[in-house]
Amino acid sequence: MEKITRDALKKALLDITDEIEANQDYLSELDAAMGDGDHGVSMTLGWRAVAEKIKSLEDPTIADLLKTTGMALVSSVGAAMGPLYGTGFIRAAAAAGDAESLNLSQLTKVFEAFRDGVMQRGNAQVGDKTMVDTIVPAVDALKGAEESGSDLISALRAFVVAAEEGMKSTIPLQSKVGRSSRLGERTIGHQDAGATSCYLIFKTFARSVAGGSL
Amino acid sequence: MKKLINDPYKVVDEMLAGFVKAHPNYVRMVHPRGLVRKAPPKKGKVGLMIGGGSGHKPAFIGYIGEGVADGVAVGNVFASPPPEPALEVTKAIDTGAGVLYSYGNYQGDILNFNMAAELAAMEGIRVETVLVTDDIASAPKDQMEKRRGIAGDFFVFKIAGAMAETMASLDEVKRVAEKANFNTRTMGVALSGCTVPAAGKPIFTLGENEMEIGLGIHGEPGVRRGKLETADEVATDITERIIADLPFQSGDEVAVLVNGLGATPYMELYIVYRKVAEILADHGISIYRSYVGEYVTSLEMAGCSVTLMRLDDELKRLLDAPADTPFFVQK
Repeated sequence: MEKITRDALKKALLDITDEIEANQDYLSELDAAMGDGDHGVSMTLGWRAVAEKIKSLEDPTIADLLKTTGMALVSSVGAAMGPLYGTGFIRAAAAAGDAESLNLSQLTKVFEAFRDGVMQRGNAQVGDKTMVDTIVPAVDALKGAEESGSDLISALRAFVVAAEEGMKSTIPLQSKVGRSSRLGERTIGHQDAGATSCYLIFKTFARSVAGGSL
Repeated sequence: MKKLINDPYKVVDEMLAGFVKAHPNYVRMVHPRGLVRKAPPKKGKVGLMIGGGSGHKPAFIGYIGEGVADGVAVGNVFASPPPEPALEVTKAIDTGAGVLYSYGNYQGDILNFNMAAELAAMEGIRVETVLVTDDIASAPKDQMEKRRGIAGDFFVFKIAGAMAETMASLDEVKRVAEKANFNTRTMGVALSGCTVPAAGKPIFTLGENEMEIGLGIHGEPGVRRGKLETADEVATDITERIIADLPFQSGDEVAVLVNGLGATPYMELYIVYRKVAEILADHGISIYRSYVGEYVTSLEMAGCSVTLMRLDDELKRLLDAPADTPFFVQK
């Protein structure tokens, strides 16, 4: 496999919806430890809206799929996650341009745009105990694989490993932004819910587009 | 979970349907998640939009009406609404004088309402924002901009709404809202947690002899957990902390709000109020107006918060102004 087709991306987005829904309680429990416990519910509602909108598209391009995902998240979820993930996907759509499919180089650009959108909207940096802690190392891994001439499957494998490490890196951190930051030291020892949902999205995307080969 | 609901994912929509049917003289719907006053806005009056997640009744929709809010954007339980309903409400309540957004200081609300404000600006509507930051437990005083908004919302909305009724400019309405927020301080305690319907499990649970101190209005854990104390001990602890924070001083006049979080009987709120009034008297602080009841709740959480707002002549006049909303009427 050298590139990700439109159909593969569409299937991946629908798979993400299923994965989020299957992990709703887990995400809400993580959020309840430090926040208000709405994360699983907000993510489920948002991705249900994504699935509904995507299924109704006729012959969508890569950019159509990403933009529709972003718009659905912005307009249906609310919470902090709507604008954050929504902006990420809308920027990713712009980066995809009129690509018919995504090779490793194009995929890297799409994820870089996703990362920049989330970071600008949320004003968060690595180490603040947010989804950025998952995104940045995962995108770095993708970029590193691309630069070293790796194939797409190996790059996706490195991407998932780095995302998981990034997610787990939030456990010892003290929250610096968002609602949980008010709890200060009480956040230490808890894995961040946003970093976790982001890992689930990245992992499911990679496994779905790679078929059985990841 | 034991709740009188149907589908946990439809609680907000079904509540809004009931609310609009129950209060047709006060409100109308301009978006499935956006309510505004029934009467069309007076030409030249600044619009006041408040809002945030659901689960805080009577905040926020209960304050739509004369003397308080013109419109509310409604989110899911404890989650900010998306930009779209906020934009639709903004358009419906703007008469050319601009719209003030006022809401508690939470990242989700800020992200979504800022997007709405950007979209409104593209349509030629001027929007200004005043974030409520009254919770002294949520950040130290030198980081006031990080504090979250809780029951103090009520005072800030009341003052801003009263000012808007005088046909003051957007800058003036914003100025008094900021003044009200600066002079308002709150702290709360919880005796039990609450359950987001679609999550199905309590956000936190407390033992028989425990309480959570300094919590927010979303069931999020407080800044510390302690042994359950008597009403007088709790009232003394939080009132003294509030007084020291501004600080309130002898000779000050204040408005007091003892706010129930959803499952605490009025009996207990008045017991707390009694002690708060005693402590204020001891400090030489006089009470100009008192409010005791459920103003900003957290679903079925048990507990209460105490809010003080320091008053000057302008704030007194605006606090005294009449209001007529489904949940708050003052003559």
